[in-house]
Amino acid sequence: MTAIGIEKTGQSEAPLHAEELHRQQAREQWTLLGLAVPALIIVCLIILIPVGWLFYLSFVGNDGELSLQHYAKMVQYKSYARVFATTFQVSVLTTGICILIGYPLSYFLALLPPRWVGFFMLAVLLPFWTSLLVRTYAWLVLLQKNGLLNDFAMQVGLWDTPVKLVHNMTGTLIGMAHIMLPFLVLPLYNAMKKIDRDLMYAAGNLGASPVSAFWRVYFPLSLPGMVAGSLIVFVLCLGFYVTPAVLGGGRVIMVATQITAILENQFDWGAASALGVVLLIATMLFLYIAGRLFKFDAALFGKN
Amino acid sequence: MSWWSSPASDTQVTHGDRFWLYVVASVIMLLLVLPTFIVIPMSFSDSQYLEFPPENWSSRWYEVYFGSTKWMRATATSVQVGIITMLVATPLGTMAAYALFVSGHRATRALFLFLITPMIVPVILIAIGVFYAYGRAGLNNTITGLVLAHTAMAIPLVMIVITASLRSYDLNQERVARSLGATRVKAFFLITLPQIRFSVITAALLSFLTSFDEVIIAIFVSGGVNATLTKHMFSALRDFIDPTIAAISTIMVLVSTVLLLMTQFIGAREK
Amino acid sequence: MPGGECRPAVIFGVSVLADNNNNGSPDTSTALPIHISSLTKKYGDLYALDSVDLEIRSGEFLTLLGPSGSGKTTLLMAIAGFNRPDSGSIRFGDQEVILTPPHKRNVGMVFQSYALFPHMSVAGNIGFPLKLRGVNAAEIEERVTEALETVQLAGLGERGIDQLSGGQRQRVALARAFVFGPRILLMDEPLSALDKKLRERMQIELKILHRKLGVTTVYVTHDQREALTMSDRIAVINHGRLAQVDTPEVIYNHPANAFVADFIGESTMLPLDLDAAGNLTYKGSKVGKTPSGDGAGGWSLVVRPEHLSIMAGKKPGTDQTIAFEGTVIETVFQGETAFSIIAIDDETELQVRFATGSKAKSSYPQSGEQVTLGLARDDVILIPEEDPQ
Repeated sequence: MTAIGIEKTGQSEAPLHAEELHRQQAREQWTLLGLAVPALIIVCLIILIPVGWLFYLSFVGNDGELSLQHYAKMVQYKSYARVFATTFQVSVLTTGICILIGYPLSYFLALLPPRWVGFFMLAVLLPFWTSLLVRTYAWLVLLQKNGLLNDFAMQVGLWDTPVKLVHNMTGTLIGMAHIMLPFLVLPLYNAMKKIDRDLMYAAGNLGASPVSAFWRVYFPLSLPGMVAGSLIVFVLCLGFYVTPAVLGGGRVIMVATQITAILENQFDWGAASALGVVLLIATMLFLYIAGRLFKFDAALFGKN
Repeated sequence: MSWWSSPASDTQVTHGDRFWLYVVASVIMLLLVLPTFIVIPMSFSDSQYLEFPPENWSSRWYEVYFGSTKWMRATATSVQVGIITMLVATPLGTMAAYALFVSGHRATRALFLFLITPMIVPVILIAIGVFYAYGRAGLNNTITGLVLAHTAMAIPLVMIVITASLRSYDLNQERVARSLGATRVKAFFLITLPQIRFSVITAALLSFLTSFDEVIIAIFVSGGVNATLTKHMFSALRDFIDPTIAAISTIMVLVSTVLLLMTQFIGAREK
Repeated sequence: MPGGECRPAVIFGVSVLADNNNNGSPDTSTALPIHISSLTKKYGDLYALDSVDLEIRSGEFLTLLGPSGSGKTTLLMAIAGFNRPDSGSIRFGDQEVILTPPHKRNVGMVFQSYALFPHMSVAGNIGFPLKLRGVNAAEIEERVTEALETVQLAGLGERGIDQLSGGQRQRVALARAFVFGPRILLMDEPLSALDKKLRERMQIELKILHRKLGVTTVYVTHDQREALTMSDRIAVINHGRLAQVDTPEVIYNHPANAFVADFIGESTMLPLDLDAAGNLTYKGSKVGKTPSGDGAGGWSLVVRPEHLSIMAGKKPGTDQTIAFEGTVIETVFQGETAFSIIAIDDETELQVRFATGSKAKSSYPQSGEQVTLGLARDDVILIPEEDPQ
């Protein structure tokens, strides 16, 4: 009975000002979103259209017909398998080095009294905002045959003849780890900051030694931050170009280097695009996983 | 009680117990910072070969750099592109960040994610895609093309910085201003903008740096008289180790350091 | 300016009139009534406001009281213009404002966070609305000084916001909200950030200020004591609907329904039976006649702790009192009052509150003691039982 009554009034007289209010609301929403339109247009022009175009090109065969030949090649040719293997190897190793170095550093920063954090954080932020090219160049100089590192090692007596540290995998890994470290440290540090100190006191109170409290309470709680940071590092490594190209000296061929090589040597847009699409999909996949684990945008830049 | 045996936290751990951590962290921090600064003494070496410490000091590589039309031309291009990028990306990113932050629309999250894709998509892919598209549009080797691409790269950074500062800002201030008689636009310019201004400046500096330091897109889409500093540096690095690069690197490190210290200083002021 | 203590208010009243003319409004009264009808706002399937009708009288202090999520803030924001309802009407006097943007509504607003502008001085904050209205500098200074005097902050105009205490910030926010002579003042839990002592003092001050300004005030709070202290009328709101709108006395003493009875003050509800003679009974003893009106779902007795008196041993009810026998579970001393929890059967506990006075602690009801609770028949509150929703 009541339901019918309500329906009746609803039909007989339209709700007051409903239409005008709705229109006003829509207008306000569109005006606001309008502010984002210029940025949206630029991102469309620079990202969406070009990448979409490449996506399309990757499915066009050399004869101009739609085909999967570029993807088929990736499966058939050994050279592609080698590139993927190298990319994966470099990414995993770099991520591993970053974790080994980054964890103690983050832990140190997280333990610091707040007034000191800003100063020591500069050590992480400075490389972060220094040109990647400059840092790569610096390592090239440091690691070369008669470079500082070889000189130092021979003086100290670590080795007698200069060791080849650059234009190979070693140099690439050193340079990449240096560049990627901030991407691990920033999210990890933020995750550690969020760990409730009372939990450590509680663990101590319950009889855990500081060491076992660390391993049983602190470390597991810092894991999500570490995993997220590692995934970001890993993903960035996958698409890295400059450092492997310079420090690898043509011996470390990763996906990005291969893409440019294909374009420079064969001018084969289809093959280059297909490789790019694979890289993009892998990137998205890992970032999706990282995103599920951690709000990394806030963690990475919340401090800035 | 000495510092060594004094407690480092409210639990029983002393600074002595943690000394190994301090040592390890210090070494890591030195390794992070020193390699970058090593280029400074190197750039003042008199030798062709980059030795350390330099046997003879000279400013010859700076003379080479400042005397070279190629390097000067490239520097001018980089600075020009950087400044225009900064002037375009900062307002566009700020507008977008503000709009998405204030509007409670369902689509805002998706739009935000879309706008930060330039940070997510591998740069190499953007570079070749833009190179291909610019080839059709005739934008390769132009300042406009470079500025457009760098603006897209800088927008996510601006948005993240501005959104973070809006999060710590009490939006009720804008509401109060409106109840007191200010239009939305006035409320933004009189109340909100003055309070997020340091973040806007930070965002602007970062946009400049993003463009100034960008390598990969520049390698592909810049060239001829409009080649950037980074493009020339990259080709120089691939071929041989030119000490001039040390001089240029030193200048770039100084620019980054100054800009970063400015953002830190500004950040401290904002708090 | 010589004058008695009420002088600032008089001066203030004059400037209010001047400002109204400034805004092109011919109305020279200092307050406006607010007529709200069938105001509806939905978030998804949830009604934040469910066809709300509310008449706010000219010059009154009306409090919107409700638990969090009840819709009270939504309603306030709708009046201010920051929350756009789906449908309905809001009129200030004769003027429909539902489509009017906030900056043209001419209402003063005080937020919970105060929302003072930290990049302006105290005077800059208070002068802001005047500046927007194109008032000349000399007059701005004069009116800011008056407003500062009114909120007892004379001489603090040049201070920065970060140099003020919580209470001072509160006053600045208030001064800023009324300095431009709005005829409606809205406040969203303005005292909740203050500590208890200061809050209680500010409650009284706000009440005095309201009387001085004579401006229609809508105040939002979830604190029932604050609402009872300050309001001319209280609108109790729950699930986007008004549960009861009346004076504090009526709301407290004659709650219209279980929600109001439960939300305002402390109470226990006892379900009553209806006997053949039409009397409502509790466990066989007569409580009262069925009130006229709708009681189809049955009736409950609302028992307030301070309405009960406590007597040792077993005592029968009388013509004046209803008796409940029970066992003391616990007695708690709280300063000026104490309360006992008494079980009157396995499922029902009643609370009794009594003044402590100079009583020795030993004379308080002891745990396990058998007592009788008396409820005067004048204090009987009957409410219809809710339809299960």
